[in-house]
Amino acid sequence: MPSNAAIAPSTLSHVDLPWRIDWTGDKCTLCGQCVAVCPVRAIELGVFRKREIKASFGLSTTSENQYSVRYGIRQKTDPGFACIGCGMCDMVCPGDAITPRRNDEQPKLRMHANKGGAPRTRGGRRNDRGSLLDQIKFVRISMLTDPALDAGRHEFDLTTMIGRILPPETALETLRNQGWMPPVRKIYPLLIGGMSFGALSPNMWEGLQMGVAYLNEELHMPVRMCTGEGGCPPRLLRSRFLKYVILQIASGYFGWDEIIHALPEMKEDPCAVEIKYGQGAKPGDGGLLMWHKVNKLIAAIRGVPVGVSLPSPTTHQTKYSIEEAVAKMIQSMSMAWGFRVPVYPKISATTTSLAVLNNLARNKYAAGLAIDGEDGGTGAAYNVSMDHMGHPIASNIRDCYLNLCRIGAQNELPLIAGGGVGKNGNLAANAAALIMLGASAVQVGKYIMQAAAGCVGSEGDRCNVCNIGVCPKGITSQDPRLYRRLDPEKVAGRVVEVFLAFDSEMKKILAPLGRSTSLPIGMSDALGIGDKNAADRLSIRYCV
Amino acid sequence: MCRLFALTSTEPVSPMRAVRALDVMREGHDGSGVGLFLTGLGGPLGALADCPILSGILTSEGERRLNQFMDDKGFTLRHRLSWNLPATPPPGTPRRGLYLVAAYEPPDRWRALPPAERELNILRTRLELKHMGLEREDITVFSFWPDVVMLKEIGDPLAVGRYLDVDREDLHARQILAQGRQNTNYAINLYACHPFFIQGICTMTNGENTAFVPIKDWLTACGVPGYEGYHSDSEVFTHILHYAVRRLGLPLAAYKHVITPLPDADMRSHPDAAFLEQLKAACRKLIIDGPNCVIGCLPDRTMFMVQDSKKLRPGVVGGRPGLYAFSSEICGLDAAIPERDKTRDFQPMHLDTAIVGPGCEEIEICRQTQPLPQAR
Ligand code: SF4
Ligand code: SF4
Repeated sequence: MPSNAAIAPSTLSHVDLPWRIDWTGDKCTLCGQCVAVCPVRAIELGVFRKREIKASFGLSTTSENQYSVRYGIRQKTDPGFACIGCGMCDMVCPGDAITPRRNDEQPKLRMHANKGGAPRTRGGRRNDRGSLLDQIKFVRISMLTDPALDAGRHEFDLTTMIGRILPPETALETLRNQGWMPPVRKIYPLLIGGMSFGALSPNMWEGLQMGVAYLNEELHMPVRMCTGEGGCPPRLLRSRFLKYVILQIASGYFGWDEIIHALPEMKEDPCAVEIKYGQGAKPGDGGLLMWHKVNKLIAAIRGVPVGVSLPSPTTHQTKYSIEEAVAKMIQSMSMAWGFRVPVYPKISATTTSLAVLNNLARNKYAAGLAIDGEDGGTGAAYNVSMDHMGHPIASNIRDCYLNLCRIGAQNELPLIAGGGVGKNGNLAANAAALIMLGASAVQVGKYIMQAAAGCVGSEGDRCNVCNIGVCPKGITSQDPRLYRRLDPEKVAGRVVEVFLAFDSEMKKILAPLGRSTSLPIGMSDALGIGDKNAADRLSIRYCV
Repeated sequence: MCRLFALTSTEPVSPMRAVRALDVMREGHDGSGVGLFLTGLGGPLGALADCPILSGILTSEGERRLNQFMDDKGFTLRHRLSWNLPATPPPGTPRRGLYLVAAYEPPDRWRALPPAERELNILRTRLELKHMGLEREDITVFSFWPDVVMLKEIGDPLAVGRYLDVDREDLHARQILAQGRQNTNYAINLYACHPFFIQGICTMTNGENTAFVPIKDWLTACGVPGYEGYHSDSEVFTHILHYAVRRLGLPLAAYKHVITPLPDADMRSHPDAAFLEQLKAACRKLIIDGPNCVIGCLPDRTMFMVQDSKKLRPGVVGGRPGLYAFSSEICGLDAAIPERDKTRDFQPMHLDTAIVGPGCEEIEICRQTQPLPQAR
């Protein structure tokens, strides 16, 4: 930009951007691959003209300007094209000539990412590295009377149950009278949480499903995956693998036309039905699939026209109150499968979770309650919702569990915790902490995307462009040129590896605690934390 | 690790026999306390079949309050053991105001009540006394039940046994549970001393129940009177047994299916799989995670031993028709019944419940893989 050019308020320099491109000219081969791969077109071919003044010393020759032209990479400073730090340019560069670097200056981009008065939207996560779950330690080590176990050689029962479990006396009474027993599924306590076909690319979805099928059929680990709101491919609905799937229904009811029509042809019941009322990443907000991602396939599965944005309303529109909605939805979903499938709602963590819980405790058809904390991820949301809305999961789950303890219904209404589990990579430790705080099972989404598909998003606001269909890893894109980068077989392989590693780590946590016979739900005496207030709040041990 | 010893006999025997067995196993306990449960009493107490016997320790103020309380409730004292204690207690044993073992005739109006209600009233009376005593720390009650005496005291088992003269004729009993305490986790509190008792059901345990907190949380909340206390992580075993037998109406052989259900793979081939799967799901909050050896006695004076499913403790049952013993160590059994045929000793493994009925005829072994008696 010439130094005398007009400067607009949003005219920024590289210093103001969160990510800066380091490009080394003498390593660059000028192949142009970085420019081609950049998902946000943050870099472009730069043509630099250089003037050199050749001053002569004698009198016979005159001084002159010499001009040379140099080609290279130029980073755009237009806020609409700011580098997202995804590192794809670095990945494809044959000469190690380019890499993004986080700017140490506080980025001003935040104040300008609202062109046309539209606030920033993005995918991803909360952009906060802090994690209370990471601070929780397992402090009750079996040392004397109860010897610690050998994680490698001992037998562990790591399964959990979702579905309404009747109090023992009622259960035996019902059994004696051959009454209706609520359906209960014995599953692995780590669930792949709801990520829709649509939010995820077909390859990603297929990879996850294959991985889940392999875990079940070959390794006998009853791992389950939730569809998210976006329906389910027709062939899966009619296959025996449906039993590994939790079907989600949310306020947009996307895909449910297809599901209802497939009902008579289903060979297996789904594992469960999750009714989504809220999502931890953007509580109180509906789902959103932006038009970029609504191609022919997605449109067909969801039963909508191609190329339109698909917002789900913030609440289920046909009902006038949440209590009524929950009760009626649970009832109708249960009825659709002849009361053979557990149906449970998922809400975002909130100070009002207890009210929902108490309602459910009184409803014998309610099969559980999934609570999603503020650290959950999303495919698309307003930045403000992601960064500032929501309730942390730990105290919310704990309150709910202790409330169930008060009414003697713990484990009868299983709690499923999600939101930020493994956000810094500590998947098993975070999951075990939540289980000991009272969760019967734990849901993960982002961790699976990162570990099984190489999502580069991070809590440092890296990448996070899942919403606009340009996912550089092909995970959240519906563009075949992008998602063909992702090999579903390899995703499946990684899913298996993630679960196997998780399983070993869980055993490494449980063995020293002397626990192996059943999942230690609510074993809060094992937990400690070095923060007195947090310890008091969670009713766990304060350890320094 | 605490040491456990239990005797079941057709004829009343001296509790000292069990205490001596504990003494043989003294390497395993630190002499920090002893607890005795006696039923099938031979003396005058055994003859008062309808009169619940109150066992406990009181201060003199506690005694006054107790008498007032029992009077107000309409109980009539029928028989009370009097003790002639030596002037100084053995080292480590505190001097107490009164060791109480007294049988009461229940109020007249209870006669018309159905047995379940009468039993509940007896339980509630004990709980009221316990709570009363906790307020001023002047009354400690271990049991209140017909044909049941419990003694608990801090100190070396043998010394305490001699001090309290448990050899006396009127304490001879057909079923005796005795525990020598290894004080590990908890400050010495008489309510933390085994055996534990509720409505005719008694158990004692060694080892540590790592699933204690979630189990305790559930029992405390499930609304059954008497499920409280939990100064010891082993008290839950008594209450789970009570819950299984009295609330769920299960046979003793199902107790193990509650605390240590079969793994799913083994369950599939079980003849009662359908029932057991439901039982496992419904009672999941009661699954223990040992290592534990549990010895217990039911109101019909059936005695049993079970182990946790994985981290087995030693435990042995042996004897001869008419007299059997359950012991946490073989040396205890050897000391108590040396004349038995040792080849018939049985050490229950992870699937077994070893049972000796009140007739003391034989050791019956229930394996979890066998069909359940009376399974529905
Ligand atoms: S890091 Fe990603 S967004 Fe930034 S220039 Fe490289 S490819 Fe483009
Ligand atoms: S790699 Fe894809 S899924 Fe991960 S943050 Fe970037 S756009 Fe989202």
